[in-house]
Amino acid sequence: MAKQKRVLKQSTKSDFITYAMLAVAFIVVEVLTFTGNISSLLSGLLVPLCAYSILAVSLNLVVGILGDLSLGHAGFMCIGAYVSAFFSVTCADAIPQTWLRFLIAILLGGTVAGIFGFLIGIPVLRLKGDYLAIVTLAFGEIIKNIVNLLFVGIDENGLHVSLESANALNLTENGKVIIKGALGITGTPRDANFVIGFILLVITVFVALNLINSRTGRAAMSIRDNRIAAESVGINVTKYKLIVFSVSAFFAGIAGVLYAHNLSSLTATTKNFGYNMSIMILVFVVLGGIGSTRGSIIAAVILTALPEVLRGLNDYRMLIYAIVLILLMLANNNEKLNAYKEKISITNLFKNKKAGNTLDKEANS
Amino acid sequence: MKMKKVLAVLLAVTMVVLCFAACGKSNDASGEKNTNSTGEKTIKIGLSGPLTGSAAQYGNGVKNGAQLAVDEINEAGGINGIKLEFKMEDDEADAEKAKNAYNTLKDWGMQLSLGAVTSGACIAFQGEASVDNMFVLTPSATAVDAINGDNAFRVCFADPQQGVESADYIADKKLATKVAVIYDSSDAYSSGIYEAFSAEAAKKGLEIVTAQSFTADTKTDFSAQIQAIKSSGAELVFLPIYYSEASLILQTAKNAGLNVTFFGCDGLDGILTMENFDASLAEGVMLLTPFAKDATDDYTVKFVTKYKAKYGEDTMNQFAADAYDGVYIIKQAVEKAGITADMTSSEICDALKVAMTQIEYTGVTAKGMTWSANGEPTKPPIVVKIENGAYTIL
Repeated sequence: MAKQKRVLKQSTKSDFITYAMLAVAFIVVEVLTFTGNISSLLSGLLVPLCAYSILAVSLNLVVGILGDLSLGHAGFMCIGAYVSAFFSVTCADAIPQTWLRFLIAILLGGTVAGIFGFLIGIPVLRLKGDYLAIVTLAFGEIIKNIVNLLFVGIDENGLHVSLESANALNLTENGKVIIKGALGITGTPRDANFVIGFILLVITVFVALNLINSRTGRAAMSIRDNRIAAESVGINVTKYKLIVFSVSAFFAGIAGVLYAHNLSSLTATTKNFGYNMSIMILVFVVLGGIGSTRGSIIAAVILTALPEVLRGLNDYRMLIYAIVLILLMLANNNEKLNAYKEKISITNLFKNKKAGNTLDKEANS
Repeated sequence: MKMKKVLAVLLAVTMVVLCFAACGKSNDASGEKNTNSTGEKTIKIGLSGPLTGSAAQYGNGVKNGAQLAVDEINEAGGINGIKLEFKMEDDEADAEKAKNAYNTLKDWGMQLSLGAVTSGACIAFQGEASVDNMFVLTPSATAVDAINGDNAFRVCFADPQQGVESADYIADKKLATKVAVIYDSSDAYSSGIYEAFSAEAAKKGLEIVTAQSFTADTKTDFSAQIQAIKSSGAELVFLPIYYSEASLILQTAKNAGLNVTFFGCDGLDGILTMENFDASLAEGVMLLTPFAKDATDDYTVKFVTKYKAKYGEDTMNQFAADAYDGVYIIKQAVEKAGITADMTSSEICDALKVAMTQIEYTGVTAKGMTWSANGEPTKPPIVVKIENGAYTIL
């Protein structure tokens, strides 16, 4: 009995390494910050790194676990960002406690994005493969374009919404336009910091890993591996797909909240909430290894930090970034290299060590 | 075997630590290491703008314009003997990248800044700069919110100012009473001008008979808008848009036989040098612009000759002119405030805030510019009319 307890499951070990990696990263950053050895650039990058890691982990749920290609993930991020920024700007005076306001903003942004994920999921998840990819892409673009047309103002009579112009809102003199169409939202309080971002990342990883190892996760993976077989054993395909898709949208929304509360201007452009960003998140997931939560985080961190760290190379940095991307993709796909990676992997090291320990214990007893 | 694995883990850990440590260097407070390669004291000016991506031509224009001015000042011995150093970081016109650019420039030791080139990026840049009390003088970010805070100023007109100036000009010169507008509802610049224009037009008794909009996704065909304008009986079409779309609109209008006056803002600057565009279509178009390269005043002639010799004509636009002026405005303010190279960015900012409201500047883009404490410039607008393929100043 005792022997069996000591032998951890493979997945638990892998999860443990993921948490350990996050803890080490956190400690390194905190120590550097505390000793004043961190550059302004790096300290400014910390929150975006957390936000993009959360995005990659959440998309990994859809792409890696559910096996569906979603190209509209930035749309959910956009919803989370706009809803939370709207809330924070509106309630900046009403709720002076930063932590409380930001907590509500996080929950609100995530929940609304999750609800949209659920609603969009109902029609979209009936599709498969390329069709699903194209429809999610379209939904992402729809969200971005609607947000760009949206004018919302507030005065003592309540909220005013228009799709035409700020003048059409008919605000009274005390009124304030909060969402200004293509100008977006300005003056969002910058409540996000590294500690909050990191806690959110840990929560995301915790939920994602537990979801993957749960009954729901196994059901989703069985749908991914063989839909017909999964249906034949009585798995409700639509239900599990919707659960995973909504959870993924929820966390994408939270990443959006972090993004919005890190900058003083929020506009929906192709670069931050359009298909460029959706593809970027997909690149994180694919480069990190589809289905690997740890890999998604590492890829997100490297690919976000790389163009910034390479700033010294001026005009060549985007070229080098592209070359690095190609090389990494080739390396990721190389069988020999993968076999070698397997040999020196930390997971294996843990396994053998544990096995060795068990043997030692046995010998002692 | 076991040793090898331990070694591998050790190596991986050292690599991670080194990685962060390498990033973590060089954050000395500005003002301590502001010397150039020859050991002279310098003042470091930072700027963020799009050097890559779809807005790169604006960023490159600003970069060249500012560099030209900095070189001229340094050749002439600097400001009170202090040389200038100028560095521009790429932000791809993106707010998040602008924040990173700001932080990079801060690590470099920036003491005062020319802000960011585009509006969204400048709002994010200014968000960081206002926390650090860093001086910002943006050459070309036109959104109202781009200079929130008392540390920020701008060279160009704000969007609403352009809309108001245009409406006033049209009404005062009695160009028309029935006006149609075509604007880009997905673009902050365009919709910003349109809103101010329509508000001012109502005050001045101009009638906006129709306001047609398009978005970034539908900017290739304007026949529907032109037909609507034709049937509305407008005498003048106001185009607060960029020149690439305007060229299509002019072509469509000609094909449809729409014979009215077109009036644009500074976004139309550049239409005459556009490739594959029949410049005769632009005859009679009027526009509000801070910079006309055919102007004959000394400042413009000097700027145009020097710029052409050094960088060619491709990026010689109002952005370059605004940036060129921006550096000279900083020079004048620095002289007025008596800035020295060993002051910190915050001390410089406090001194320049006051000096900016006291100076009067004349240069390429305006004569007798002054600033109020909110950072907005006051300068007479220049309206030009395209005649015989060149600007005629009205």
